[in-house]
Amino acid sequence: MTDSHPRPQRDDTGGRPPGAPRRRGPNALIWRWWNLLLLLPLLMLLTPWYNKDRPRLAGMPFFYWYQLAFVFVGVACVSIVYAATRTPSGAEPSGADPDDPASGRPGAIR
Amino acid sequence: MTGHWTEFTVFAVLFIGVAIMGFMASRWRAGDSMDHLDEWGLGGRQFGGWITWFLVGGDLYTAYTFVAVPALVFGAGALGFYALPYTVVLYPLVFLPVLRLWSVSRAKGYVTPADFVRGRYDSPTLALLIAITGIVATMPYIALQLVGLESVLRTMGINAHGFVGHLPLFIAFLVLALYTYQSGLRAPALIAFVKDGLIYIVIIVAVIYLPAHLGGWSHIFDAAQKKLTTPNPATGKPSGSITLSSTNQLQYATLALGSALALFLYPHSATGILASRGRNVIKKNMIALPAYSFLLGLLALLGYVAIAAGTKPIINNATGKADGNTIVPALFQGQFSGWFAGIAFAAIGIGALVPAAIMSIAAANLWTRNIYKEYLNRGATPKQEAKQAKWASLVVKFGAVAFILFIDPQFSIDLQLIGGVIILQTLPAVAIALYTRWQHSRALIAGWAVGLAWGLYLLYTIPNPANGKLHFGGSALQLGKLSILGWHPFGGSTTQIYVGVVALAANIIIVLVVTLVLRAAKVRDGLDHTVGADYHVDEGDSGLRQVAAD
Repeated sequence: MTDSHPRPQRDDTGGRPPGAPRRRGPNALIWRWWNLLLLLPLLMLLTPWYNKDRPRLAGMPFFYWYQLAFVFVGVACVSIVYAATRTPSGAEPSGADPDDPASGRPGAIR
Repeated sequence: MTGHWTEFTVFAVLFIGVAIMGFMASRWRAGDSMDHLDEWGLGGRQFGGWITWFLVGGDLYTAYTFVAVPALVFGAGALGFYALPYTVVLYPLVFLPVLRLWSVSRAKGYVTPADFVRGRYDSPTLALLIAITGIVATMPYIALQLVGLESVLRTMGINAHGFVGHLPLFIAFLVLALYTYQSGLRAPALIAFVKDGLIYIVIIVAVIYLPAHLGGWSHIFDAAQKKLTTPNPATGKPSGSITLSSTNQLQYATLALGSALALFLYPHSATGILASRGRNVIKKNMIALPAYSFLLGLLALLGYVAIAAGTKPIINNATGKADGNTIVPALFQGQFSGWFAGIAFAAIGIGALVPAAIMSIAAANLWTRNIYKEYLNRGATPKQEAKQAKWASLVVKFGAVAFILFIDPQFSIDLQLIGGVIILQTLPAVAIALYTRWQHSRALIAGWAVGLAWGLYLLYTIPNPANGKLHFGGSALQLGKLSILGWHPFGGSTTQIYVGVVALAANIIIVLVVTLVLRAAKVRDGLDHTVGADYHVDEGDSGLRQVAAD
């Protein structure tokens, strides 16, 4: 199936900076163990774990404050994956927009 | 309209201010020319972190969400809270796929998800099916924004019978249609700042002030439980509870998961993502967007607050029935002074305009790229495409208005459930195809057809005892009634499940089986016009195609 493909214009590995992961196959899939952390928030779908009224927090049943607290679990998981899988500073081509000093630098706030 | 003049004045002033912003938006960060879909339909593919946060937040958390989720909690209790797990599992699930979608779209100049399918499979037929599915699923969603807007108008006393009752809605939508025509995606992007700012202020004030005023959360939940467990005269059963029952836990989880899988398949979500400048903008947004989810969770609880406050829904004079969607507007009207209620109504009203604009743009993009250019005018120039899309956005909006005119709002909510089931059937061809091209394009067509047909059939069989409807009464299927060609795998079970995931499972199984058969028979498949590196391009890469290039 890959034989008939046009050749990639950009080399998949040649321009790969040190520390950046290898891209495999015609789909250039990248395996990162950290990405498994993105499955953790799915635990929120296990309703028997939290389908109860008590203990209440500030008058709010467990069912509700547990799920509101899970918003932060979701944010934490995505944040950790984001931070851990960032390509090393300078590895990605730097920003093309000379007017915007923040562009292209992964840590910069935009 | 009696006694609501303060509310209406505040509402009208904010609404007019936003309309002026909408018309001015065409000059905001303008490119060289508006005569290209990259500019009109994607705002120049240049939005940074903040704009994307407001735009996508304004796009996904709609006016309909703001009125319907609390209304569901008001009526059914804990089940309505599914909106929270839905929007929590959403971002971790889509974090990686949307990055690949952005990159391949940026590399190849794709404007719609169907464009990607066209490039990935070289199959105009499959792309056409994906485009039509997107348009059909989006239309009732736009109509629901009108339901949200109308619930506010009727609460303010603009609640006449028949056609006249809909007239203010038409005027509001006409103004929206005109500035979307002129400014494209820049209009909702700019207005989203106002909408979300107002929404945050209103909700935060409401969840701090109202519980303190009404005797605390503990009292509110106890009052809600007392009312929900009182048997409903129509069915003789309790209407709900503040926790889930043994039969609707699976429904809660599958509704949350199915809705999360569906959301980024909707064309308007993809439009918001593709308009952003780079991968890093999207990644940061996947971390920051749950702020809206937290807000939505608090907002859902206003359904219980309305019970404790003794709020009654407004009678909709067009249908003569109590309209559950007016519960949050009626709560604000009863508990707050006129000017603050006016701000809250403006927040909901403007909250309807932002997603309605983005949805109509997304549907217009689909029409232009995957139907008009593919089948009607193959040699269309970018300028002709932009003109076609502008007109299509008008047609789509008036189609949504016609929906409201002829259909009971209660029925449009069922259409939203159907819309979710429909759009889920594009998952194998769009989301899975971002990772692998193993599945055959004809297998994808077969899976789509089976998933859609079975999903619609299952929805048809679901009755609603509360209002006596025999068909299309909701999206919760009793597992005991699930029949596969006469075989009942879960006979007798009363556990309920969301139809969308059942239909999706059938779709995926068909795709697997048909692909195996076609590959064994060595049936040829089209060329893949994408290459691996396309899925990783980012802003600033050397050799990246120009925005708004041909």
